[in-house]
Amino acid sequence: MFDLLVTLIPALPLTAVLLNGLLGTRYSHEVAHRLGWGSVAVSFLCAIVVFADTLKTGVAQEVTVYTWIFGGDLTINLAFLIDPLTCIMLLVVTGVGFLIHLYSVGYMHGERGFTRFFTYMNLFMVSMLLLVMGNNYLVLFIGWEGVGLCSYLLIGYYYDRVSAAKAATKAFVVNRIGDAGFLLAIFLVFVNFNTLDYTQVFAQAGKLSTETATAIAICLLIGAIGKSAQIPLYTWLPDAMEGPTPVSALIHAATMVTAGVYMIVRNHVLYDMAPVAMTTVAWVGGLTALFAATIGLVQNDIKRVLAYSTVSQLGYMFLACGIGAYAAAIFHLMTHAFFKALLFLSAGSVIHALSGEQDIRKMGGLKAKIPWTHSLFLVGTLAIAGIFPLAGFWSKDEIMAHAFTHHYYALYAIAVLGAFLTSFYMFRLTYLTFYGQSRVDHHVAEHIHESPTVMIGPLVVLAVLSVIGGFPGVPPEEGWFHHFLRPATTGVGEEHSAGLGLVVALMSAATVIALMGWGLAHYLYSVRPEAAQRWAAGAPRAYQTLLNKYYVDEIYDLLVVKPTKRLGMLCDWFDRTVIDGMVLGVWRVTQSGSAFSTGFEKYVIYGLINIMGYANHLSARSWRKLQSGMVHHYAAMIVAGLFILVHLILVWWTGSSVIGLALR
Amino acid sequence: MTVIPLSAYVALSAVLFATGLIGVLIRRNFIIVLMAVEIMLNAANINLVAFSHYLESMTGQIVALFVIAIAGGEAAVGLAIIIVVFRGKISTNVDEINLLKW
Amino acid sequence: MTLPLSDIQAVLPELIVVAAACLVLGLDPITPQSKKTWLAWLSLGSLVLCVPITISQMGTRVSAFSDLVVLDPYACFWKLLLYLVSGLTILLSLAYLKAERINLGEYYGFLLLSLSGMMIMVSAVDLLTIYLGTELMSLSLYVLAGFKRFEARSLEASAKYFVLGSFSSGILLYGISLLFGVAGSTRLSAIAAAVANRGLDDPALVLAMILLVVGFGFKIAVVPFHMWTPDVYEGAPTSVTAFMAVASKVASFGAFVRVFLEGLGGLKANWYGLFLVVCIATLVLGNVVAIVQTNIKRMLAYSSIAHAGYALIGIVVAGQADTEGAVRSAGLSSVMLYLAVYAFMTLGAFAVVAMLRKGGLEGEEIEDFTGLAKRQPIAAFLMLVFMVSLAGIPPTAGFIGKFYLFLAAVNAGLAWLAVIAVLFAAVSAYYYLRVVMVMYMRDLDISAGLAPRFASSPAMTVVLACAIAGVVILGLYPDPLVSLTTSAVLTLK
Repeated sequence: MFDLLVTLIPALPLTAVLLNGLLGTRYSHEVAHRLGWGSVAVSFLCAIVVFADTLKTGVAQEVTVYTWIFGGDLTINLAFLIDPLTCIMLLVVTGVGFLIHLYSVGYMHGERGFTRFFTYMNLFMVSMLLLVMGNNYLVLFIGWEGVGLCSYLLIGYYYDRVSAAKAATKAFVVNRIGDAGFLLAIFLVFVNFNTLDYTQVFAQAGKLSTETATAIAICLLIGAIGKSAQIPLYTWLPDAMEGPTPVSALIHAATMVTAGVYMIVRNHVLYDMAPVAMTTVAWVGGLTALFAATIGLVQNDIKRVLAYSTVSQLGYMFLACGIGAYAAAIFHLMTHAFFKALLFLSAGSVIHALSGEQDIRKMGGLKAKIPWTHSLFLVGTLAIAGIFPLAGFWSKDEIMAHAFTHHYYALYAIAVLGAFLTSFYMFRLTYLTFYGQSRVDHHVAEHIHESPTVMIGPLVVLAVLSVIGGFPGVPPEEGWFHHFLRPATTGVGEEHSAGLGLVVALMSAATVIALMGWGLAHYLYSVRPEAAQRWAAGAPRAYQTLLNKYYVDEIYDLLVVKPTKRLGMLCDWFDRTVIDGMVLGVWRVTQSGSAFSTGFEKYVIYGLINIMGYANHLSARSWRKLQSGMVHHYAAMIVAGLFILVHLILVWWTGSSVIGLALR
Repeated sequence: MTVIPLSAYVALSAVLFATGLIGVLIRRNFIIVLMAVEIMLNAANINLVAFSHYLESMTGQIVALFVIAIAGGEAAVGLAIIIVVFRGKISTNVDEINLLKW
Repeated sequence: MTLPLSDIQAVLPELIVVAAACLVLGLDPITPQSKKTWLAWLSLGSLVLCVPITISQMGTRVSAFSDLVVLDPYACFWKLLLYLVSGLTILLSLAYLKAERINLGEYYGFLLLSLSGMMIMVSAVDLLTIYLGTELMSLSLYVLAGFKRFEARSLEASAKYFVLGSFSSGILLYGISLLFGVAGSTRLSAIAAAVANRGLDDPALVLAMILLVVGFGFKIAVVPFHMWTPDVYEGAPTSVTAFMAVASKVASFGAFVRVFLEGLGGLKANWYGLFLVVCIATLVLGNVVAIVQTNIKRMLAYSSIAHAGYALIGIVVAGQADTEGAVRSAGLSSVMLYLAVYAFMTLGAFAVVAMLRKGGLEGEEIEDFTGLAKRQPIAAFLMLVFMVSLAGIPPTAGFIGKFYLFLAAVNAGLAWLAVIAVLFAAVSAYYYLRVVMVMYMRDLDISAGLAPRFASSPAMTVVLACAIAGVVILGLYPDPLVSLTTSAVLTLK
């Protein structure tokens, strides 16, 4: 029974994918969306039962579906591991996923490709569920690639926008860089343990040397950085906002991007053995948290602000992992899923109301017109800013407190500064959107309307969760949540040194910080709106730098994209002068001895002219020019290959090249 | 009468092979390129027959017979291709067929 | 001297295929134009006949014709794969040839002749037989490549393929003649013995080995012997391109592995490094140049070059000096697995390309796939799966193939090679996904001209269904195939 329920959790959305994907054109949108959210709803119910069972028994259980790969000493099952960590992830993924599916019914109403949208969303759910449920690295990897593919398809959903297609490709390629790291980690694990099952790997982890553990952990971290948009691979996430808003909420805020955090927590046994990797994780997280927050300060697109805020909050989760506060990381992951989904979906409701407008400079004064959306967004803001006693307060405070009590003072300072900035930019966003004078275009203003119940309903649920979602984790480090997760996250050196006084002091400090951010935003955007412009004008360079996101995209362009093109040019030059010259040279030489000098001259001049010609022709697509279409060139290449091979052998035999031999 | 050493045959074969190789590389006329390939095959044949004689094994000569048969087949196919490709074209220049590139 | 019956039995499948080829060629002139399809069914029938025979021969290693050919599970594995590929190619050709108006009976005759050459290649253990097999395969392919007799590009492909192919086989033959001089025989076993006697440093032996590398390198299309591939693949009729890209590569790899392990295994200290260099160059060039292609057949040609590079990793693993037997066979069995997977996904991709018609012509440009997801959702989805599989994304078969290869490399202590391969697999996603992008993320401007559409037919549906089933089933349940390759590779000496 238990096995069946567990299997059903991913199987149900998969069935919906197959039905909608293959037969979707044959029935109405009504059927398609009911299949879409209905399957996720039933999955959610199954997940609750599975959760209750785990709560009762308190042990990790494995469910094997079938043997996937078998050969020699390698056996990999398509199997699921149900332990407390998986249970929490299951509830978050199916629960938030269900709400977002429901919301999409209203949001995507009347859009082209409605059925396609639900097919992709369900496919995403399947992949994400495989990711969190798998009992070995390879199943995790299937899910990992699957969510990447769905993210790609969904970012590019509005395919008539060029920017959407570009953003989709960027997201996919950047993610593939991370995935390459992850795949290497998998190979390293296999070589060292001869298995890929978590339980066996972690049981034998003790025999690993620190260096190997560090190598595996760093490779895993590269994967996590790509998927969870950390420095230096975070640039895809803000661009990913080209996708529909429910996609941003589900994939790029609540679930997929947190996969990296899940993966690190899942592998905490390996990380605990690799202090260097831990420190790296902590600093990557801390710096990302701060860096993304500063960019978030000045962005003008409502979804982009939220995107940078997501990057920043993911940074907090990494920071928590890096200092060994795994339960806190998962706790923040959960609360973040609630309030960030809430924020994105209510932002979607704002965008919906304003007929697609996303620029906050063209908003303002919306409080009266869309009161429900306003109050829901405000709840989300209060939660993310860390105002007592909302969900974000407990989880973020716990991370900061852990950093302080475990003597990571620099990271604590970064986290506190980040928290201040978070509070500031979120309230800035709220003020600019809902308060003050309306700057809405008057054509748009006529059509402002509150969203339908099917959209507001899920938002209310998420708002309630954002308010109460923190209580399972109270008191910090000793709450019900932590006790439940303990079997899955116990690491080394889990001591509880913080006294009650210190805890209260840190909590008060966090609250004060959050309130300061709120206060500053209130002053700048409500009390004295002109002051903000004055500040920006006062430091134009800093403002421009932030507005241009530290020019990171431009730097990548300069450091990676341009050199690649240069390489292409070099190859082109090589081809034109050397290859052409070689063929031409051979021809001249053999034609007649007396023509040699003429041939050589022509060859040199020919080459020179070509270089000059190519000075104009500075295009990237040049490597393929090797493929000249001339049979002679191809034959020459074969002979050249023959000589290269002979040469290689000679070099290996004698340790010197042909020229060296000739001189000898 | 002196016995011609094996090395002489091998040297001849090497020279022939190089001639064929260079012929393919530098000649533009399709038919001459075809002939150059035939020279390469015959270079191999000389090797085979010479080795066969010196090693007192018949295999080499049998292989050479097969190679001659194949060379005939190859020439037939090659000439047929030349005829269809250059039907309507005046020259048989190999470098003029370069629609397919990049 | 009479031929023993057992020898005849051993080559029964080859005899059937050759007889069918002759029958098809003989019947062609007396078959009316409307009945040409019968010849295709006849060819298909002969393949179906061969399947059970080959399966029954799969048991132990039997040699026939005094050691010219052997029948071992290794050869039978390749033969079965070749039957499958050829059968699907015949089905693919049914509709394609009609659409291109080149519905001639000879086509199937040449296809079968080429197939018989490939079958000889994979089961031969004598360099003469291998050479004859490659020539039979190549001569038929030269003709097939130029089968669109009225299209200059097809003829050009044929001419280029012919010149370069015969050039490379001249080099191969010269290598064989030198090996004969060294070993006194063309048997692989005798050559192995001679290698053991002569040692690693014999210049004639090493020169012969390099010449063989060039000859086989041309057939499997690895850098720097790959130059013909894009041009020929682009110009040839798409059904022939699919056949070349899959069957001839599969057969050449089969012969290649056997020659270099059974015959020249003793020289692996020499060829290991060469293959390593060639492998890396192939991975780099294949994947990088594919990025800038605009013609889908050319793009798939570079992709097939890159895939040959991946498959070479397995051979490099087998050639690594201090590998144990288990690692060696893991490397080789992953080559077999990879090529089987490659066969399904590449054939599927080419089938989709062959189906796409623009007016009376083929839609060959990647742009022609624009907005396909909307007009032909199922075809677009199939293409999506093939592309995803070629890019090696789980849970498709392409991932399984790469996984085993890279795992073998890591196990052999070549983790750095696996790193390079993984990185280039990441790069490859870029160009495969571009096809997905134009299909799913762009709308066709109808006013611009004729919308490419799919010429679907029952035979084509069978081809696509087989290909997609292969890609999905081997991805989800690779177990049977893996055990097959693992046991087959053990019979390789």
